[in-house]
Amino acid sequence: MREPGSPFVGYGQPSKFEAKVARIWASAPGTTGTGASRTPHHLLDGTITPSGLHFERHHSGIPDIDPDAHRLLIHGLVKRPLVFTLQALARYPMESRIAFIECGGNSGALYQKDPVAGGVQALHGLVSCSEWTGVRLADLLDEAGVDPTAKWILAEGADAAGMSRSVPMAKAMDDAILALYQNGERIRPSNGYPLRLLLPGYEGNMNVKWLRRIKVTERPTMTKDETSKYTISLPDGKALQFVFPIEAKSVITRPSPGLAMMGIGLYEISGLAWSGYGKISKVEVSADGGNSWAPATLQEPVLVKALTRFRVAWRWNGGPAILQSRATDESGYVQPTRARLIADRGMKAFYHFNGIACWAVGENGEVRHVYG
Amino acid sequence: MANRLVTVTASLLVLSSAALADGPGLGRVASPDEIASWDISIGPDGAGLPPGRGTPKQGEAVYAEKCVACHGEKGAGKPNDQLVGGRGSLSGDQAPVKTVGSFWPYATTLFDYVRRAMPLNAPKSLSDDEVYAVSAYILQLNGIIGEAEAMDAQTLPQVQMPNRDGFIVFSRGK
Repeated sequence: MREPGSPFVGYGQPSKFEAKVARIWASAPGTTGTGASRTPHHLLDGTITPSGLHFERHHSGIPDIDPDAHRLLIHGLVKRPLVFTLQALARYPMESRIAFIECGGNSGALYQKDPVAGGVQALHGLVSCSEWTGVRLADLLDEAGVDPTAKWILAEGADAAGMSRSVPMAKAMDDAILALYQNGERIRPSNGYPLRLLLPGYEGNMNVKWLRRIKVTERPTMTKDETSKYTISLPDGKALQFVFPIEAKSVITRPSPGLAMMGIGLYEISGLAWSGYGKISKVEVSADGGNSWAPATLQEPVLVKALTRFRVAWRWNGGPAILQSRATDESGYVQPTRARLIADRGMKAFYHFNGIACWAVGENGEVRHVYG
Repeated sequence: MANRLVTVTASLLVLSSAALADGPGLGRVASPDEIASWDISIGPDGAGLPPGRGTPKQGEAVYAEKCVACHGEKGAGKPNDQLVGGRGSLSGDQAPVKTVGSFWPYATTLFDYVRRAMPLNAPKSLSDDEVYAVSAYILQLNGIIGEAEAMDAQTLPQVQMPNRDGFIVFSRGK
C-alpha cells in the first residue's frame, strides 16, 4: 500500500470483498419480513455465527422496540405477578453460554422424495450458534414464587404476531436464560432485541424473541405453533407433539454445493455437528457413500448444546465421491441415515430432519446434493 | 497495612452475604388490571376468552373483507394456508392437507391465533365479536358447527375438533 488507509469507524463491517457472505431469505406472499433467512455456513468457519448472519424466522417482521419502554410480565400461577424493566433485568446475576439454535424446520426438504438442488445454506441454513448472556429464568420465577401445580409456562413475544409457545417448567427451571446479549453485544433486533428466551437444545421456535410475557400455567396453552405447526406427522395420520430437543445431527460445510473442487489433491473436509441432548462425542466422515468411515477431529472446546466443528483430511483422486458425516452425542445416540429416519417416521414429518446428508463430488469437480 | 486488610475482609463479607441472598428482587408487583391488558392467551379449556359473540354468517362478511385475499374463497387457501377441507388426508401416502378442520385439535387456538396475529397486514385489528364470527365461519365451512351456531366464551371451548385425538405426546426412544 502506498496510500494511507481508511479512517476509523464506530462500528466495523466486513471487507467489501466479503459481500457474498450473506443470508438468503424467502418471505411469505404479500409480506417483506415474514419468513426465514439462512446462514451461509459454506462460507464460514469456526463455530460462532456472526450475529448479522444468524438465521432468522419471523412471523410478522422485526419489531422496532425501545428498550426503555419494554417490559416483561411474569404472571399466572405465581404468588407475586411481577413486571420487570430492562434496567432491572440488567442488574441480576448474568450467565453466558454458547448455544446453537436450530429451527425445527431446518433440513425439512430432505424428507422429500427426490433430492432438492441446493447447498448447505439453502438446505441446512436454519441453524446458528452464538454466545448468549442473560438472566437465569429460574431466578425470576423463584422471585415470583411458582405454585407447585404449575408444570408449564407460556412465553410470548412482542412482535405483531405475538408468537407464543408453551415450555415445560422443568426446562424453564433447568437452563433457560432470558438473553440480553448475543456475542458480547446487545441482541440484534432480528434475534429478539431487547430480550429473548434461550432454551438450549430446544427447537428454535420455542426460543421466543422480543419476549414480553411469561404466564405460568398448569397445562400447555396449545398455541398455533405447538399444534398446527411444529408437530411431526406420522404415516398413520397421528402427529407427535412437544418434540423439543434437537437430536444429534451434522452436515459437511466444505466441500459442498457451490464450492467446486479445484483439482486433484489434498482437501480438508469440514463441517458442523450438534445435539440438543448434550455434547457431540464423535463425528465420522465417509467419502464412499457410507461404506467406510473415518473419525474426524473435533475442534476444542466441545460444548454442550453448541455447534461443534469437525475436520478431516481427504485426498481427492479426481473420481466421483459421495461425502457424508455422521454424528454421535454423549447420550450414545447416532445420527441415522435418511433411509432409517424415513423408515421410522415416514416422509410427512417435515420437522426435525436429522438424517445423514450426502454431497456427490463429480469428476468435473462440481458438488451436488444427492441421497445416499 | 493493617487497616487495609480489615477493609478487604469487610468487603468480602459483603460479597458473600450478597451471594446468599435470593436475588436483587427488582420485579414490581403487577396489578390485576395490568395483567388483564397483557394477557391475550386462551387456554384449551377456554380460560381467557373475552365477552362477545359471532355467527358464521357474520364471519363470512369479515372473511370477505379481511381474509379472502390470503386464504382464498371459503378457506380454500393460496397464497397462504388452506383453512378448510383435508379431512381424511392425514394418513396414507399422500401429502397431508393440514387445515383447521382436518388437523387443529382445539377451536380455542383458532380464536387465540386470529385475534393476536391476523390479518397479517393488521394484526390485533379485529374486534372480539369479529374474531368469534370469523372463527365460527371457518368452523362452519369445515362442517364442524352448524350455520345457526354462534361462537362465544361458552360455546367455542365445547366445539369438538375432528382431530382432537390425533396427537401423541413425544417421548424420546418410544
